[in-house]
Amino acid sequence: MDVNQLKFGLDTFGDVAVDHSGKQISYEESIRNIAKEGQLAEEVGVDVFALGEHHRKEYSISSPEIILAALASVTERITLGTAVTVLSSDDPIRLYQRFATLNALSNGRSQVMIGRGSFTESFELFGYDLKDYNELFEEKVALFDKLVKGGPVTSNGRFTPHLENMEVYPKMTEKKLDVQVGVGGTPESVVRAARYGYPLMLAIIGGNPIRFKPYIELYKQSAKKFGNPIQPVGMHSHGVIAETDEEAIERAWKYIVPAMNKIGLERGWGPMSREAFENEIENGSFYVGSPETVAKRMAKVIKEMGIERFDLVYGINGQRQEERFQTIELFGKEVIPRVKEILKEGN
Amino acid sequence: MTKPMIGILGAGKLGISLGQLARQADYPVGIAASGPAEKIELTVEILVPGAKAYTSEELIQIADIIILAVPLSKYQQIDSLLLQDKLVIDAMNYWWEVDGTDQVFSDKELSSSERVQQYFEKSIVVKAFNHIGYHDLVDHAKQGTKENRKALLIAGDDKKSIDQVEKIVDDFGFIPLNIGQLKNGVILETGRPLFGASLGLEESKEMVKRSLEEIRK
Ligand SMILES: NC(=O)c1ccc[n+]([C@@H]2O[C@H](COP(=O)([O-])OP(=O)(O)OC[C@H]3O[C@@H](n4cnc5c(N)ncnc54)[C@H](OP(=O)(O)O)[C@@H]3O)[C@@H](O)[C@H]2O)c1
Repeated sequence: MDVNQLKFGLDTFGDVAVDHSGKQISYEESIRNIAKEGQLAEEVGVDVFALGEHHRKEYSISSPEIILAALASVTERITLGTAVTVLSSDDPIRLYQRFATLNALSNGRSQVMIGRGSFTESFELFGYDLKDYNELFEEKVALFDKLVKGGPVTSNGRFTPHLENMEVYPKMTEKKLDVQVGVGGTPESVVRAARYGYPLMLAIIGGNPIRFKPYIELYKQSAKKFGNPIQPVGMHSHGVIAETDEEAIERAWKYIVPAMNKIGLERGWGPMSREAFENEIENGSFYVGSPETVAKRMAKVIKEMGIERFDLVYGINGQRQEERFQTIELFGKEVIPRVKEILKEGN
Repeated sequence: MTKPMIGILGAGKLGISLGQLARQADYPVGIAASGPAEKIELTVEILVPGAKAYTSEELIQIADIIILAVPLSKYQQIDSLLLQDKLVIDAMNYWWEVDGTDQVFSDKELSSSERVQQYFEKSIVVKAFNHIGYHDLVDHAKQGTKENRKALLIAGDDKKSIDQVEKIVDDFGFIPLNIGQLKNGVILETGRPLFGASLGLEESKEMVKRSLEEIRK
């Protein structure tokens, strides 16, 4: 493994932070803060800053590219991405245009991660039927892929316009758009990413991450079968970093667990036990602790999985703004260099 | 004694996880999704070493026991006559985001597994593997030891079939806990306290008792 090639990212869904009295700050303030978080991420040496797209009360980001565009003008180095863009309920042509624009503004630093998303609000909101979940995604990726590859587009789908040799502008003449595919646990999605030849990001939100290792093999073998180059594979998971383990664990228990339980309630499963929570921290998918603790766990997982990118999802469930900033700062200043150091020692 | 061949319908998150446990426990395993076998061949070969991909029709013919791991809104796509006389394990749950809200899958009169039994009228349906999340299924399985195992709950009406499923659950690395008739399976459905649970035996028994009292009220 070439440690210097490793990429480290910070992702947020845009959870609206809370103030000292525990009240949610305004959406406007949350959005402005997230732009500041992106700036801070660059300052402390993070490689990628990626935003989710949600259409729910607890999140302020439904238009990630606009925040990223603001960031394009105040940053120089960091990759500005999404995690994920819900392509199924988006318009692939406008999506292409938005990112072509962002790519220009950021001098080629934009990145779009397409996925099916873990929530389904966007279907109702934009007038799609959940029954078409798979077909929508399949058809839109196909069209989006043609647009990204450039040239006149011919397409005839059920959910997208009939196009005959149509040119779509602006063209990306300097640098092609960096497209990634974000997947959960569905093997078919892994195969699809390989079929299109896009890099793969695994969203691992619970359980032992090593379970996903065979998925990486599946991705590589599938890419080979389709005659595509084998692209990098990365993963993202939730985390909280604080000065000490105790502080971080307390914060994670206070924020991550209720957020998971809330989703559980909507989907019909029960609350997370303390035991399950501690397991997630020790061997599972929560990266929680002091910089040293988190760095050790991350290094171990990166090595065992053989991945080339690790993104930490920070700030879940309306933490206080300073807590969000703290995770970013400690991640960039302490965790990243320490992970590299551990991995180099181990080589 | 040679182990029966397990045929898993559904090559998604749950189907693949069950296939992994079955292979580790040395069962012959076949997996099918909705399309041709080629489509999932590589997936099965890599994620479930030792298992084979089939079309669902082929698989139903050759497997001794069938596990339904498809979305609940999809089982009626499977020809019930093909499954005649087989043991069918129902691992399906109602998930509104996938199954939609226009059809009723469970109500006071009939639980989801009873409906599945009605549809597969010439088969014996046992409910199992539905209440545990697929990560936990793989992470919590303890095939090497009987200590500190988690319980998996089973509901069904036929003694012999229950025994068979208990054996499978045990081989997969969990403690089988029979909760009685198929209709009791309602306590394992989405939104019930036991849904999503992966608990030890005593805690599970306690919750089953409470849940059964709850539905009899
Ligand atoms: N995920 C869990 O943690 C979990 C846990 C317990 C129970 N369950 C239950 O298990 C079932 C499957 O869930 P999942 O999460 O594994 O879903 P999933 O990842 O979406 O997989 C569903 C699978 O079913 C296949 N399928 C659909 N229609 C079919 C048909 N007519 N014949 C054969 N295969 C068919 C699909 O194949 P195609 O791609 O070809 O359509 C796909 O491989 C659901 O009822 C769910 O409630 C899930």
